Amino acid sequence: MLSNSSMRTPLGRVRGLGSAKSGTGHFWLQRVTAVSNLVLAIIFIGVVIALAGRPYPAAIALLANPCVAILMLLFILSACIHMRLGMQVIIEDYVHAEFPKILAVMGNTFFAIAVGAASVYAVLKLSFGG
Amino acid sequence: MSIAHRVTGTGLYLGTVLIAAWLVAAASGPVAFDTAQAIAGSFIGRLALFLYSFSLIHHMVGGLRHFVWDLGHGYDPDTRMKLAKFSVVVSASLTVLVWIVALVLR
Repeated sequence: MLSNSSMRTPLGRVRGLGSAKSGTGHFWLQRVTAVSNLVLAIIFIGVVIALAGRPYPAAIALLANPCVAILMLLFILSACIHMRLGMQVIIEDYVHAEFPKILAVMGNTFFAIAVGAASVYAVLKLSFGG
Repeated sequence: MSIAHRVTGTGLYLGTVLIAAWLVAAASGPVAFDTAQAIAGSFIGRLALFLYSFSLIHHMVGGLRHFVWDLGHGYDPDTRMKLAKFSVVVSASLTVLVWIVALVLR
């Protein structure tokens, strides 16, 4: 295995192998988005509380505020990446047959992107004057 | 507790459909927004919102435990039990606190 004739480093030989193919990248991005979600979700809860009971024009004005809108867009991005990674781990733990697993992982990606796209569209439409 | 993290995570995952729908309703105009607000304000809507807020806060507090473990601490049985109890008590308290603040402010 570790023949001297190869110019590849030990790391280069194992990179991309293993059942998850890109395990450390997945793990790390899950942690990075967990940290950003922690901050952004607290802000999101604050925004939702501020919106409670507001009539339409006041609610729209708050969501269209640039600071609020940018923070909401960041939260949507961070949350969608995080939830896609998390659901992929659950799928890989419980769905073992190869074809259903591929379909589920693919559907998971479609779901995360669809929810994210719809939410981003809504926030941008509100921001740019509905 | 590990399964609780997965259950709340899955609940949050599915619930994003409702949040996206609510945002799209807000972007669609006053009629759609009022409909969405009426649904959110109904008994079922309030119940869903309460469960969603608890899931979110529980998942966040549970995530803090994972940060502790990621940093290499808290693996002994005693600390694990304390962290588990801590996450339940803190997330339940925070959820109630958030709702009190929301209901007082509106």
